[in-house]
Amino acid sequence: MSEQISVLEYELTARFPGAVIADERKGYSGYLVQADKLIEVATSLRDELGYDYLVSLTGVDYLPEGKMETVYHLCRSTGGSPLVIKVQVPRDQAVVPSLVPVYPGAELQEREVWDLLGIRFEGHPDLRRILLWEGFYGHPLRKDWREPYYEEEGKPFKSRWPDGHVYRAEDKNPFHKNVDYPAGFNPETWVPEADAALYAGIGKIQSSGNGSDLQTEQVVVNLGPQHPSTHGVFRMAVTLDGETIMALKPVMGYLHRNHEKIGERNTFLQNMPFTDRLDYFSSMSNNFGYALAVEKLMGIKPPERAEYLRVIMAEFTRICNHLAAIGFFLNDLGAYFTPVLYALEERELILDIFEAVSGSRMMCNYFRFGGVARDLPEGIYEKMRKLVYDRLPRKIDELDRYLTNNEIVRARGEGVGVLTPQQAIALSAAGPLLRASGVPYDLRRADPYSIYDRFDFDVAVRYHGDIYDRYLIRIDEMRQSVRILQQAVRDLPDGPIQEGKPQYQVRVPAGESYGRVEGPKGELGFYVVSNGKANPWRYHVRAPSFINLTALETMCVGNKVADVVAILGSIDIVLGETDR
Amino acid sequence: MDGTGIIKGLGVTLKRFVETYLDDLRWFGKRYYTQEGIAHRMSPDARGIFTIQYPEEKLPVPEEFRFIPFLIYEEGPNGEKVDRCTSCGICAKVCPPQCIWIVRTNDPNTGRPIPAPAEFYIDVDICMNCGFCAEYCPFDAIKMDHDYELSVYDRFTHNIYNKEKLSKPVSYYASIRPTNYAAEEAARAAAEAAKAAKKATA
Repeated sequence: MSEQISVLEYELTARFPGAVIADERKGYSGYLVQADKLIEVATSLRDELGYDYLVSLTGVDYLPEGKMETVYHLCRSTGGSPLVIKVQVPRDQAVVPSLVPVYPGAELQEREVWDLLGIRFEGHPDLRRILLWEGFYGHPLRKDWREPYYEEEGKPFKSRWPDGHVYRAEDKNPFHKNVDYPAGFNPETWVPEADAALYAGIGKIQSSGNGSDLQTEQVVVNLGPQHPSTHGVFRMAVTLDGETIMALKPVMGYLHRNHEKIGERNTFLQNMPFTDRLDYFSSMSNNFGYALAVEKLMGIKPPERAEYLRVIMAEFTRICNHLAAIGFFLNDLGAYFTPVLYALEERELILDIFEAVSGSRMMCNYFRFGGVARDLPEGIYEKMRKLVYDRLPRKIDELDRYLTNNEIVRARGEGVGVLTPQQAIALSAAGPLLRASGVPYDLRRADPYSIYDRFDFDVAVRYHGDIYDRYLIRIDEMRQSVRILQQAVRDLPDGPIQEGKPQYQVRVPAGESYGRVEGPKGELGFYVVSNGKANPWRYHVRAPSFINLTALETMCVGNKVADVVAILGSIDIVLGETDR
Repeated sequence: MDGTGIIKGLGVTLKRFVETYLDDLRWFGKRYYTQEGIAHRMSPDARGIFTIQYPEEKLPVPEEFRFIPFLIYEEGPNGEKVDRCTSCGICAKVCPPQCIWIVRTNDPNTGRPIPAPAEFYIDVDICMNCGFCAEYCPFDAIKMDHDYELSVYDRFTHNIYNKEKLSKPVSYYASIRPTNYAAEEAARAAAEAAKAAKKATA
């Protein structure tokens, strides 16, 4: 491994003398690239060194140094750990060339960085705000930006103890008094321009002609945000020619709460329950990713029993999530609520286990740095055994019998919403979306974490890239998860569940780390930067539901308007994670 | 042949339908509104329908279930309430949404802090039920409750709980979390025995 890196280093630094240097800050890794050479370096990494898959793109505000940094995690779609490259620009002139021409998957992520950090991406085709509204003043993830109910830079707040006379934040700082308008701005007369910019991006598209002489007119239609099939408040602005989709833009952010800013105010441990609220269908996986990122910084490892418990919980979560995903996907196809209720039955039994173990069905908050919160209560092990050896395999077979050869599912699914493997990699698709397109990329094998290298299982892969395959792959993955669970439950060792004493104030050395897990929806990554203090300096979530939406337009164009709902259902998004 | 997939699928639905009634017959009317019936319906052996008729029926919550913290007091010999809390402030510091507010007591003569809270507030609108306060309290003075039916008509007048509203006797804690309570008592007894043994040898 180290040899591989040194070859790479030689290649990069020799090819671009002076433009690429190793990042030598303590606790950091990767390379610093000069802004004007970024496109050249990225193209060379993609075409000559095989780093064809842009995993994560984010930014960090290094306020004390007066610098903005963009951070790119690049991977090979054949597997391996990510290569990190960074670009540093001055804070007051934060302009970086856009990587969309090299990695189309950067599109939404660059918009997010522009929105939240105010780094402008030169050459981006559609650089608008994405999570906040057009007209929002300032860029909230900048370190000198303060929220309306600002109290202190970091928790714990001094007002709570020892002289904690309670008050409500909104009483002390009532609405209207807490907002700060730029000079000369009048909120009464202001008209937002956001929609004009959005519709300009999807305006009239020249139809290549459908062979008929009909003079058709294109119309712009908004699907959502209030629509039951969007799985939350999510909006798609589409241009229609008849019933055919000509262009589509996702519009999101209705559930935005700036999870990352909250995360930077929190202490490291306090972020754990907040991660539950990202993808609330799979909180155990969210805990897992964050715990891995911080443990990497702290340099600790959980004991054996805790590792097994983590894997068991993560795989149960995957089954839960896929059951719900398949059920709601059938809802989107019009099979209203019978399949989803059948699918939710076994999920209910799994949630009972989560509740008994962690205290909560969905907001589990079960993982701790260096272990898990508590051991299995009495009777739960037996329940798990019954589930993984008997009930779950039967359930999956039943769903398979019930749905897989159903003529309507096949007619609606086969050949619809196709994503080719090349497109899937280029658009940074992850998880079932990527694997249904024929790319066998599963982090549990591609870049193994925890103890996944011990288990015998196959990476599920399907080759058509249509929505029917995305349904099938979830059935396949559940079968593989059951296989892992059977081995993990069989081998579960005795022993401690926490490394050292449980601590509420953890010491996290300065540095950066990226913890990645194969979440049920795709690669879930946590990019954490510590400066040695109690609160993280930067806390970024690589949210699979968000990044998978980059591929939405590619999948939808050319299909009928009714298919959009099915295609969105087959991606399986959760808005709590998309909007963060 | 077209339609076989649909017919097969309908077969699955029919099986459910029949199983539900078979299970009803097997339980002879005891499947609903009885503790055993509810326990059976939430076990991996359940067949047919799963649903619980809330609020007539309620799912029993497991011991670890957590919903809004409460403070524990011991009952003294004359019925007085002795708080376990020493107002050390760890719960307020570890609380992720910062919903715990504590006023420490100061000795009126010396001005020095006394290990007892003068006031203790929790804003339950903000509490996210994470359970960190109970997990990291070194005195087992704050624990998570099992009562989840807290809806009120007006949150502005009801939802900041003060010490009086938060305090519950240790017997209540022992009743909702018997295993945890027994383990903690055993640990405390062991620690005291070790202390006494140390004293005796010294």
